[in-house]
Amino acid sequence: MTEEHKASLTVVAMPTDCPTCAAEAEKAGIVVGNGEIAATMEAAVGLEAGAAGAAGVDGQGPWRPKILAFCCYFCAYSAADLAGSMRLQYSPDMRVIEMPCSGKTDIALILEAFEKGADGVYVAGCLEGDCHFLKGNIRAKKRVNGLKKLLDQVGVGGERVEFFNVAGSQGPRFAQIADEMTERILKLGPSPVKKAQRAAYAAAAGGPTAQTNSEVGAK
Amino acid sequence: MSPAAAAFKTDSKLERILSQGDFAVTAEIGPPKSASSKGVRSNAAMMKDVTDGQNLTDNQTAIVRLSSLAASVHVKEAGGEPIMQMVCRDRNRIAMQSDILGAYSLGIRNLVCLSGDHQSFGNQQTAKNVYDIDSIQLINMVRRMRDDHVLLSGEEIKVAPPKMYIGAAANPFADPFEFRVLRLEKKINAGADFIQTQCVFDLERFARFMELVVKRGLDKRVHILAGVTPAKSDKALRYMKTVPGMMVPDSLIERMAKAENKEEEGLNIAVETIKAMRQIPGVHGVHIMAIAWESAVPVIAERAGLLPRPAIREETAQAAPAEGKKTAD
Amino acid sequence: MIVAEQKPIAEIDRLLEGAKKVLIVGCRECVTVCQAGGEKEVNTMASALRLLWATSGRNPGAEILTETLERQCEPEYIEQIVKVAGEVDAILSLACGVGVQYLAERYPVWVVPGLNTKFAGGALEQGVWTEKCGLCGDCILYKTGGICPVIRCSKSILNGPCGGSHNGKCEVNEETDCAWQLIYDRMTKLGKVDRLLEIEPPKDWSKSRDGGPRKVVKEEIRI
Ligand code: SF4
Repeated sequence: MTEEHKASLTVVAMPTDCPTCAAEAEKAGIVVGNGEIAATMEAAVGLEAGAAGAAGVDGQGPWRPKILAFCCYFCAYSAADLAGSMRLQYSPDMRVIEMPCSGKTDIALILEAFEKGADGVYVAGCLEGDCHFLKGNIRAKKRVNGLKKLLDQVGVGGERVEFFNVAGSQGPRFAQIADEMTERILKLGPSPVKKAQRAAYAAAAGGPTAQTNSEVGAK
Repeated sequence: MSPAAAAFKTDSKLERILSQGDFAVTAEIGPPKSASSKGVRSNAAMMKDVTDGQNLTDNQTAIVRLSSLAASVHVKEAGGEPIMQMVCRDRNRIAMQSDILGAYSLGIRNLVCLSGDHQSFGNQQTAKNVYDIDSIQLINMVRRMRDDHVLLSGEEIKVAPPKMYIGAAANPFADPFEFRVLRLEKKINAGADFIQTQCVFDLERFARFMELVVKRGLDKRVHILAGVTPAKSDKALRYMKTVPGMMVPDSLIERMAKAENKEEEGLNIAVETIKAMRQIPGVHGVHIMAIAWESAVPVIAERAGLLPRPAIREETAQAAPAEGKKTAD
Repeated sequence: MIVAEQKPIAEIDRLLEGAKKVLIVGCRECVTVCQAGGEKEVNTMASALRLLWATSGRNPGAEILTETLERQCEPEYIEQIVKVAGEVDAILSLACGVGVQYLAERYPVWVVPGLNTKFAGGALEQGVWTEKCGLCGDCILYKTGGICPVIRCSKSILNGPCGGSHNGKCEVNEETDCAWQLIYDRMTKLGKVDRLLEIEPPKDWSKSRDGGPRKVVKEEIRI
C-alpha cells in the first residue's frame, strides 16, 4: 500500500472486547463509532465529482471507479503494507480503511459508502479460522452476502460489494484482489447512484445504460 | 333416556350391528370437488348392501369438497347408512353444534369426530384454521348433547337432543407409540362408541397396539374397526409411506412392485390384511378406505368373506323418524 | 419479547410513495434485540431507501430523518419526537404493531409499518427466533410441562398429539417439533404422564383476543 491508497484517516481501534459489537467496544471506552469511519470514507470517495462527472477521478481522462476496501488490521491491512513494501503494482482506484476487525464493518456503513459515491466496496478479513476475534470474519462474510441482496433490491447491484479472505502474509494476493475488484467495477461502470456520471459513461462507452440498474429497484 | 331406548344409545344401524357382536364393515366415500351429488349417490347405492355404514369425509386433506353433511344426506336418500365426519379445523363450537343439530334433524345418526388435516396440505393454504375445540373435546361435546341434553356451554337442549353414535379415530402408527393407547382411552372416556383406525399396512405394529388395547380392557369399552386401504400401485404405497402418521413396510412395496397386475395385487393385499386383522383380539370390524377407488369396496368385502352383511336381529324398529319431524321446530 | 421482521424494501417503497420528508422511527426494545428495528436497522433502512430513490428516481428530493426511541409503546417516549414529527409528511415505524399505533394515534401524519410483527417468542440461536407463547390470556403451562400447545401445536390441540405426530415432528413439516411429543417426553421425565390422561376441557377463548382489545388494570398503581 502506498500513502495514496490510505484513506486520509485510519480508524485504529483495539477494543479489549469483541469489535463486532460496537456496544461492547463503547462500553470499554473505545470509540469506534461509525461516525468517524464515515468521515474517513467521505474523504476517500467524495461525492459525485463535478457536473461533468464522466471523467476520471480528477476530472480528466477516462472514467475511473472509486473503490473502498474495509481491511482488517490483523490481516488485509498488513497484507496491504506488505504489498507496499514489496513494491507491487496494483489498482490506484482503491482506498483502504483500516478496521479493527472485518466484523466491525457495519452494513449501514457500506450503504453509506455507496450513498457517498463509492462505485464498489469490499471487505477483507482474515482466513477462516484465523480471526483474532474468533468469528468476526465469518460474520462479515455473511453480512456482505446478505447485503448483496439488499443492493440488488435498491438498484445499486449486489456485484458491487464483495468479501475476501486474505492473510497478513499474502501481499501479492492483496494486490490481486484490488485488481480483480477494480476490473469488475470497471465493467459495471459508475454506480447507478451517480446518474450524471453513469449517463455520460454509457453514452461514451456504450456500456451499461443508466436505466438497467435503476429498474432493478422498481420491481 | 327413556327405558325403551335404554338398550341402545341411538338409532344408528351401525350401533345395532356392533352391539349384536357382528364383525362390522364400513367404507369411505370421498365427496366430490363439485356441487354434484351423482358420485356420492352411486357409490352409496353400490356400498349399501356390502357395508354397514359409509363415512363421508369432511374436506379431507383440507381440500374443499361438497360438505360431509350434504353428502351424508345424499347417502341417506340413496339408501345408505351415513357416517358423517366432522373436523375441528374449519368450525368453531357454535357452527359445530349447529351442524350436529342439523345433521340429526336430517336423519344422520353417526358422527366421527376428528382433528382434521392441517390446511397447509390442501387447496386453501392461506386459510385461518379454527381449532376452537379439539377432537376429544368434540367427542365429549357430542356425548353430552346426546346423554346429558346440554350444549357445550351447559345450556339445556330442551327438546330433541341429537343422539349420535360417536366415532373417533386412532392412529397406531403415529408417535409416541406408548401414548397412543392412552389417548385412545381418553377418547373412550370422552364418549367415543366406535373407533376407526388409520389404514393398516404394518400388521405387526397394529397387533402390538391391539395387544396394549386389550390389556387395558379398552376393547370391552369401545368397538375398534381397523382401517384398510387397497393400493393401486407400488408408487401409491411409496407415497403413503411418506405421509406423516402412516407406516408401510418395504416388503409390501417390493411385493407390489413385482406384481404383474398391480390392482389385483392391491386387492389381494387388502383381503389378506382383513383376514389377518380378524384374527387379532379386540378388532370388531374393518373400515375400508378405497380412496378414489370406491368400486374396490364390494370386491374386497366379497373376497374377504364379509358378505352377506348381517341383518339387525333385534325387534327394534329401524331408524325411527328424525326427532326434528316430531317436534315442529 | 415480540419478534418482528422487516417488510421487503419494495413494499416499504410503495407505502411511502410520494413522500417528501420521511421520519424513520426505531425502538430500543424487542425489535432491537431481534435486529429488525433498532438504531442500526433504522440507519440501514434510511440508506437503503435513499439509494433506492436515487437509483430509481422515485420520490425525488425526498429527505429522510431518523430517530430511535427508548420504547414505542409508551406515550412519554412518543412525545419525544413531537418537534420533528411535525415537520414530516410520513413516518415509517420500525417498531412492532404496537409502536406503529402509538405513533399513529399521536401524530396526524401518514404512519406506516416497516415491520411485520410476528410473535411472542425468543432466540433459538444467533439469528433464529421462535414462537413460544400464544398470549391466550389463561395460562395452562402447568398442565403441559411448560410447553405451550396453544401456539406450538399447529392445531392448538389441548388433548394431543393428533394422528400426524411422526418421529417427534409435526405433520405440517419436518422442521416443526410436535409440541405434544415434547409435552409427553417431559411429563414422562417428570413422572407425571398420568396427568395427561385427564381430559382438558375446551378453552375459554373469551380470555383471549376474541373479546376485542384486552386490558390489564392494576388498581393499586393507578394515579
Ligand atoms: S403433530 Fe403434534 S404439533 Fe402437529 S398438529 Fe399434531 S399434535 Fe399438534
